[in-house]
Amino acid sequence: MRIPASYPMALLAALLALVPVYILITLASDATAVFDSHNLKILGNTLSLMVLTVIGSILIGVPLAFISAYVQLPFKKLWLVLFAAPLAIPSYIGAFTLYAAFGPGGEINQLLGFETPPMYGLTGAAIVMTLYTFPFVMLTTRSSLLSLDASMVNAARTLGMSMPMSVFKVILPRVINGIAAGSLLVALYTLSDFGTPAMMRLDTFTRVIYVEYNAFGLSRAAMLSLQLMVIVGFLLFIESQIKTASERHGRPLMLFPSNSQKLAMLVTFLPVLLLAICLPLAIFTLWLARDGIADFDFSIAWNSAYASGIAAIVAVVVAVPVAHAALSGKVGRIMERVTYFGFGIPGIVMGTALVYGGLQLPLLYQTLALLVIAYVLRFLPLAVGSVRTSTEHLDSSLIKSARVLGASPREAFMRITLPLTLRGIIAGAALVFLESMRELEATLLLGPTGFETLSTYLWRVYEAGYFGRAAIPGLLLVVISACGLAIMLSGEKRSQLEH
Amino acid sequence: MLSVSKLSIDYGSNRVVSELNLSLGESEILMLVGPTGCGKSTILQALAGLIPISEGEINLGSWRATPKLKVPPEKRKVGMVFQDFALFPHLTVQQNICFRLTDTSKADHWIKLLGLEAFRNKKPATLSGGQKQRVALARTLAHEPDFVLLDEPLSNLDAALKDTLRWDIRNALKDAGVPAIWVTHDQEEALSVGDRVGVLKEGIIQQIDTPERCFSLPSNRFVARFLGEASFIAGNCEGDIATTDLGNAPAIKVDHDTAKVDVLLRPDDIHLIQNANSSNGKVTWVRYEGGSRLCAVKLACDTVVTSRVSHEVMVRPGDAVHVSINTTHPLAVYAA
Repeated sequence: MRIPASYPMALLAALLALVPVYILITLASDATAVFDSHNLKILGNTLSLMVLTVIGSILIGVPLAFISAYVQLPFKKLWLVLFAAPLAIPSYIGAFTLYAAFGPGGEINQLLGFETPPMYGLTGAAIVMTLYTFPFVMLTTRSSLLSLDASMVNAARTLGMSMPMSVFKVILPRVINGIAAGSLLVALYTLSDFGTPAMMRLDTFTRVIYVEYNAFGLSRAAMLSLQLMVIVGFLLFIESQIKTASERHGRPLMLFPSNSQKLAMLVTFLPVLLLAICLPLAIFTLWLARDGIADFDFSIAWNSAYASGIAAIVAVVVAVPVAHAALSGKVGRIMERVTYFGFGIPGIVMGTALVYGGLQLPLLYQTLALLVIAYVLRFLPLAVGSVRTSTEHLDSSLIKSARVLGASPREAFMRITLPLTLRGIIAGAALVFLESMRELEATLLLGPTGFETLSTYLWRVYEAGYFGRAAIPGLLLVVISACGLAIMLSGEKRSQLEH
Repeated sequence: MLSVSKLSIDYGSNRVVSELNLSLGESEILMLVGPTGCGKSTILQALAGLIPISEGEINLGSWRATPKLKVPPEKRKVGMVFQDFALFPHLTVQQNICFRLTDTSKADHWIKLLGLEAFRNKKPATLSGGQKQRVALARTLAHEPDFVLLDEPLSNLDAALKDTLRWDIRNALKDAGVPAIWVTHDQEEALSVGDRVGVLKEGIIQQIDTPERCFSLPSNRFVARFLGEASFIAGNCEGDIATTDLGNAPAIKVDHDTAKVDVLLRPDDIHLIQNANSSNGKVTWVRYEGGSRLCAVKLACDTVVTSRVSHEVMVRPGDAVHVSINTTHPLAVYAA
């Protein structure tokens, strides 16, 4: 059998993705205790946070996906952008500001006089995580919904089924994979997030690993990481079982709501925007007004964008062969699965592993390259998934057509596959850029000495308790991420014009 | 000239095409017909080099492909027209047609001939199905292939469009003087546009011949039924005359030489008389076809034969009628 051209590069990516896992296993073999009651509590906290966040994301994300895909509203695009925007905001920024805003003595109490329930622990972490991860579910479900032809719903309704029943019986069963894919991203994100549970003082794996690392318990941190990765492995297994049925694209359903229905939708979902976007912006603005631009060093912003930009480019260059390998055979699919490990490895763990790895390779230690490697290893699956999806949708007869017109495989790739999947590639790059921008924990550990980024600066401000200084980096993080989101959305718009 | 010998194709352990032999003359159009899943599209994919072959040989003179000797699609000088058009969505009509042409003036001939002048700078998404297929055809012919493969080019189009586009495609192929294999599941299309017709069943060619011979002298009952209304009536055949309850007729034995035979009757081989003194059958159903009516008549022996009468003859189900064989050309007979 002929080996697909994408395999060697994909194999390299897969092997590289296994390096941190290998390091962790080596480290963990030094650890003594395997599992104790403290572990059980951490496990309980982690799983509770994950389950609550997934449920919350589905409850918010699925109805919003339905509305944004089918319901004809004024300013449709604007609403979609607004509800996708929380994805662009790092969740620890939400945790930071919600923590500061709520509770006795919080900003809301000081400003408006009335007391609000405090925001911390499991409840607080679950609320914050949900607010910033539901767009995953919304976007994946929305794209599944848009690929459905309206004819089946129309058939159900002409057969006498009500609209809500048709949604449950005809639409939901066909987008369940889209919901599952989004939920899985939410679950993986929640498992690996460090900032939110750390700021909410919830002892999840990531927080405890950081504590252990700082207490020089490298091997214990590694063992906890391995336990966490068992859960990740299980989720990845589930993900591999999800089959995406490809339906022939048709004309999606269109619904025209009455004014009272519009109002009901607004009242239901506006609080999400208020909490996720308006509140953090308001708090940062408040701090900015109170403290002013207290000698903020803007080279920190450049550092963030520079490192993330390099990571985005490298990730895409690696993602294209990995995605193609995944589509050309079973072995390729396994290699693609392996690269997903990085997404599940919490940044703090990746940081730990690469610090250890860097100590063995002095050439890399304390360099920007090591940080970029960490970003790429962590966020490669975002780029791969994006490229793979756009490649899957590519009609195979287009390639065949180019080939019989006399184009070599290389020319067919350059002139047909690449332009038609460019949107997926750009979206993938934007996603990696966004994630790298807000990456906190690996940057804390791997950033070269003196290389401060927006996120690490924010963390130091939080630890030191100078909340007011968070204003500029916080606002900048939001603005830069919003730009990334805009790039991603314009890619989607362009492809809609073409199809 | 394209010649295919002993071509077999497998999907896994499943043989989907076996021992196919065919050759294509200069500027000849060969129609390949068969029911869904008979392997006709698979043959085209194999000829284009898009799927591997298991046995046999494909030879165009300038290249030769066998299971060992692989020739990539781009080296085969083949043109292919797809059922779903396969136009590149990110390119304009002009860019699609000139996909790999350095000299774009070659495209102008086909743009003009196929009436695409007004759409030159449009994206495929804005075109109708018929226009898309014209663009696909123009793209194929502008690249000057040595042979063309058409994979059910009309099956995604409206019935009204099919008829005109069918002849536009045929005329364009003849204008280009390029041989073509045209796959369809529509027997009417197969009989009318092709120079020759090949009938496929379960991956095996049943007959390749002129449309006339395929229709009047089918090599077996499957071909007879597939290409049009067919009824069979029992009879005896001595020499080249067949004797049946409905009369005698000249006959040609298609398969084994036996005395007891079944005679193939097409609707226009049977003459139907209303209000006859002696009836020999009863009308079971009638289909109005505009200029004519197709009637099924059940004979005393329970055999059902179909007959086509003028639309002026008002036949109704239940009528007692008299039917008889009325033909001058020889009928095909098969061993009973």
